[in-house]
Amino acid sequence: MNLAIRDIRYHRGRFILTSIGLGLLLGVVISMGGIYRGLFADALAVLHFTKADIWVVQQNTNGPFAESSRIPEDIKYRIKAVPGVADAAPLSFQTIQIERQGKPFRFFLIGYDLNGFGGPPVILAGRDIRQKHYEMVVAKAMKMEIGEKIHLGLHDYTVVGITGKVVSSGGDPAAYVSLADAQDIQFKKDNDAVRNDRARIGANLAGIQSLSPSQAKFLKLNIAGITESTHTVNTVVARLAPGANLKEVQERISRWNHFRPISVEEQTKILTKGMIEKARMQLGLFRIILLVISAVIIALIIYTSTLDKIKVIATLKLIGSQNRVIIGMILQQSLLMGVIAYAIGYGLILLTYENFPRRIVLEPFDLQALFVIVMAICMIASFVGIRKALKVEPAEALGG
Amino acid sequence: MDKIMYAIEVENLTKIYGKGETAVTAIADATFHVKPGELVAILGPSGSGKTTLLTAIGLINEPTHGKVIIDGATVADEGWTPGLDLKRLRREKLGFIFQAHNLIPFLTALENVMIALEINHLSKNEAKGRATELLVSLNLGHRLNNYPTALSGGEAQRVAIARALANKPKVILADEPTAALDTENGKNVMSLLKKLAVDNHSAILVVTHDHRMVEGFDRIFQVNDGRIADEIGS
Repeated sequence: MNLAIRDIRYHRGRFILTSIGLGLLLGVVISMGGIYRGLFADALAVLHFTKADIWVVQQNTNGPFAESSRIPEDIKYRIKAVPGVADAAPLSFQTIQIERQGKPFRFFLIGYDLNGFGGPPVILAGRDIRQKHYEMVVAKAMKMEIGEKIHLGLHDYTVVGITGKVVSSGGDPAAYVSLADAQDIQFKKDNDAVRNDRARIGANLAGIQSLSPSQAKFLKLNIAGITESTHTVNTVVARLAPGANLKEVQERISRWNHFRPISVEEQTKILTKGMIEKARMQLGLFRIILLVISAVIIALIIYTSTLDKIKVIATLKLIGSQNRVIIGMILQQSLLMGVIAYAIGYGLILLTYENFPRRIVLEPFDLQALFVIVMAICMIASFVGIRKALKVEPAEALGG
Repeated sequence: MDKIMYAIEVENLTKIYGKGETAVTAIADATFHVKPGELVAILGPSGSGKTTLLTAIGLINEPTHGKVIIDGATVADEGWTPGLDLKRLRREKLGFIFQAHNLIPFLTALENVMIALEINHLSKNEAKGRATELLVSLNLGHRLNNYPTALSGGEAQRVAIARALANKPKVILADEPTAALDTENGKNVMSLLKKLAVDNHSAILVVTHDHRMVEGFDRIFQVNDGRIADEIGS
């Protein structure tokens, strides 16, 4: 006869409520594990979808995600010409926060060369960008409709397609525009700023006595051309030809001044070790604290439940019950509570994780590991009750 | 002439709690015998040592001195007999009936009896059959699936009696079995115990403070301040 099951059956209301409470706690632990994995997935999403082997960024920087990086767009031609490089494409990244329908609307804008790679990984609805200007593809998480317009920089952009779950390392959903549009949005000055800059350059040149008016005019046009140029990108990504040696290609690009070629492996390290390390440690610490709290709660529940059963345990001992019957009852109850609480926590997160503001990634290994940990906690916690039960004297069954 | 086989033999049993100046003699030099099929009462006021005597015979409380023999096996002789499996002996030789029935609250009447049988290694089916038979014989056939909270005091005590009888013990020890019952139910329980002693050929030792409940007992011993007085006539 399974005493644990019978006790639970009799006190099912109390048991279910306790398990629900514990399940909510374990749900938080599971979700934190999911957020932890989500941080990784988010941090590496653009890196993963771009499918590049090398990220060429401004020298002495960890760009383009961890640090600001600006390099000229036309460097792509030099990179393409490096032996071993199959293709190269310029990319531009910027985080934008505007107001939409009266609420802050934040997203990660990626500009890509329509003839290159690094664009939307998949089109779920609508189409890819076909025109060089004023079209955009947005991530599903942005909840925008096809045909919807959004004002960015100096122009309106129309949503023509919906892509999958692409996010920035900060978790903001991504939107794609052509590189030219992205450069306009990021670098193009408005008319007032252009007028001011031109006036300032003109005034400075006018102060140089040795310049003739025609020279000054020529210089002014050239300087204005450089300062108003938007042909800057944050990175140029390169794909290697089959059999090409990554190290050799990196070394070759490194020899040029002003650029740093970062491999995917190095970029992954920068993103995971540097950018999200603290968040990862914070989440890990919270998970440990919550598991310790769960252990204490389970131990207290099992202990008080054992105290409630002192007379039952004494009676069982008096009628000759073996210790294993009593130990089994307490241990099974503890494990069963753990299993049910885990199932509740898991079910809850499974039903809700897609509605979380940040991405939750439920890895089977994490879930299995947590289940084993919860079972171990239940076993250890039940020792408190078992210890108490083993100390109960059969004589305690006597008397009123 | 054949030696009489007793179910319980107690010789010079003494139990002392504590040591030195704080030592308290709960029971002193108790000597008596109970034959199979006999219903014997230990009558005495609270604190007289009758429960101590019961726990020593019930293999719960180790006697300080003296000898206890249960169904021919010496279980204590100046302390427990070495190598004795007290739990197994309690399971196989003894049945206990308590003051407050002590039924397990989360088991039905049937399961409360079955548990005593399953602990003694009977299969589930055998235990169920024997438990049902016992409860039916005690007019509890309609209460098999009721929890203790749904039973009256008398019914609960009858379930407890069924549990005590489940393993067909040679000795049944009852600690104030009528204390929680009204007079009528108390007398019914005592009558039942008398009938069971005869039918099952078990020795039944009842400790009680209520002299009204010991009518019809085969023998009655009065305990005062830890000493068993002479047997008083029933």
